Amino acid sequence: MRGLPPALITAIVLVAGFAACAVQFPNIASTRVVGNLLTDNAFLGIVATGMTFVIISGGIDLSVGSVIGFSTVFVALAIERWGMPPLVAFVAILVLSAAFGAAMGAVIHVFDLPPFIVTLAGMFLARGASFLLSTESVPITAPVYSTVSDFALRMPGGGRLTTIAIIMLAIVIGGALLLHLTRFGANVYALGGSRATASLMGVAVGKMTVKIYMLSSLLAGIAGIVFSFYTSAGYSLSAVGVELDTIAAVVIGGTLLTGGQGSVIGTFLGVLIQGLIQTYINFDGTLSSWWTKIATGILLFAFIALQQGLVALARRPATKSAGAAT
Amino acid sequence: MTALLPRRGLAQILALIVILAVDRAVSPQFFDLRLQDGRLFGSLVDVLNRGTPVALLSLGMVLVIATRGIDLSVGAVMAISGAIAASLADTHGLPVVLSAALGAGLVCGLWNGFLVAVLGMQPIVATLILMVAGRGIAQLITEGRIVTFSSPDLVWLGNGSVLGLPVPVVIALGMLILTGAVVRGSALGLLIEATGGNARASELAGVGTRAMILSVYVWCGVCAALAGVIAAADIMGADANNAGLWLELDAILAVVIGGTSLFGGRFSLVLAVLGALIIQTMNTGILLSGYPPEFNLLVKAVVVLAVLLVQSPKLSGIAGLVTGLRRTKA
Repeated sequence: MRGLPPALITAIVLVAGFAACAVQFPNIASTRVVGNLLTDNAFLGIVATGMTFVIISGGIDLSVGSVIGFSTVFVALAIERWGMPPLVAFVAILVLSAAFGAAMGAVIHVFDLPPFIVTLAGMFLARGASFLLSTESVPITAPVYSTVSDFALRMPGGGRLTTIAIIMLAIVIGGALLLHLTRFGANVYALGGSRATASLMGVAVGKMTVKIYMLSSLLAGIAGIVFSFYTSAGYSLSAVGVELDTIAAVVIGGTLLTGGQGSVIGTFLGVLIQGLIQTYINFDGTLSSWWTKIATGILLFAFIALQQGLVALARRPATKSAGAAT
Repeated sequence: MTALLPRRGLAQILALIVILAVDRAVSPQFFDLRLQDGRLFGSLVDVLNRGTPVALLSLGMVLVIATRGIDLSVGAVMAISGAIAASLADTHGLPVVLSAALGAGLVCGLWNGFLVAVLGMQPIVATLILMVAGRGIAQLITEGRIVTFSSPDLVWLGNGSVLGLPVPVVIALGMLILTGAVVRGSALGLLIEATGGNARASELAGVGTRAMILSVYVWCGVCAALAGVIAAADIMGADANNAGLWLELDAILAVVIGGTSLFGGRFSLVLAVLGALIIQTMNTGILLSGYPPEFNLLVKAVVVLAVLLVQSPKLSGIAGLVTGLRRTKA
């Protein structure tokens, strides 16, 4: 059990869950359903990738849902009302959200404040700003949107791998490479392990903090664009509460909320588990949607308890030897 | 230190006065009170009445935060207790309804406290579980509908009046006095502060930190349940989706405005409630001024940032340096 990485446990739960669902509803085991699973959770997968970096570094980002909401409204208004070409609007929102994340990271580092409360203020700010832009749902009719939503790779079995699912997969893979193979990724783990140690080892803590929150907000901005593709509209109330789903996905994916441990792949599996629960409930038809929340809560508890157990196991020899020394 | 004590709370009181003055400027009738059918009416009473749920939440939250914890589940607990109260209201008497609803809050608090104190989970994570699952549980109780009721007893809890004051305000005041008497009338408050200041040192000094942590989460759950009952009684129904939605954030904000540090330690009940009133006065002011209520969030964000910067260890370090210099000069 001790050698088993948490992400592997997540994978086992996912496969077992999928198998159980497939036994009950054989139709679930089709590329059609899997394709929909990826499409429906594309924005969640993207934003959860960013959240993984933040949580591994020992922080938390509550503002992502609001940033998604703001991005959808901004993109919709920029294209439909201000006459911006879609690509310019995308670049503008990415720059804006990256700057927003960088600002939060800077406040967290410079004033030495808890990320929880700083990103909470960020959440209010972004949601408030999107309300100011527009309180109504703004439909997007730009031709790019219909081209993008019409395009899809055909999978064997009739499933469709849509553009936004492809974007999500690319970001998950890119995120995994960035986290596991680069100096930046190593520094993220170092920060989560111990800030003081990381700083003594020569990690530029301030720069890293800014970059990590910038990455999270940037990905939230991309998730917002993807969300606007998904719904073909911009609405200031979209993605309310997504920060919770995101954190849940990251935790279910085996990332330690105290920081220092975790993986992007695990997060991706966590997103799929949440999507699977939703799919199961849709297939069943008699269960109501609130069961999603209860099931997610139970899974959260199971995974956190498991982590707690693993951490306690890992600590045991250390405390024993410390006891022997005295 | 002793010279500092009377100054505690000055900033909050000043802030409240400034916001009240602004409210008076945007709405000249703001301070008007009139007595009608033995009950006071007016914007001020309205602020107190609307502020009750957050004030109640902040009473529990301030104790939790003082132990260096946080309780994200209070909004969900409100939804659960409101759902229970609403579904029992028309078939059972008020004592049964109240004890069932408050009992549910107690169980929720015990669960949170168990996770934090016994299993040693991080408070944010531990209470996140109930925050996510709690609304689902509430919807399970109401079967996804908005449950309405007409029990006059329960409606009185939300809309009645005692000595001219709305019942919710009287309840909140009673809870403030009760909580204050318990934690400040005994050493309990000190022990809670010790737990938050340094749990390990307190443990070694003989403080039962686990019991402290467990009991503050239980109290927080009970306060949230009471707030949930009042919120349900106010609208004569329970809406599992929207009851207490995002109020956990307002409660945390109220505690932070009240000067209690998120890093635990010294806390003030009265100032936390004052923080809740400041938030409500702002909300009401924005409504009265005719600005769209969407401004609320922006104003709140700015207030959070301002309070945070004032509380920041870095800034207070600089301030400490300045006062230190002054003292050496004197």
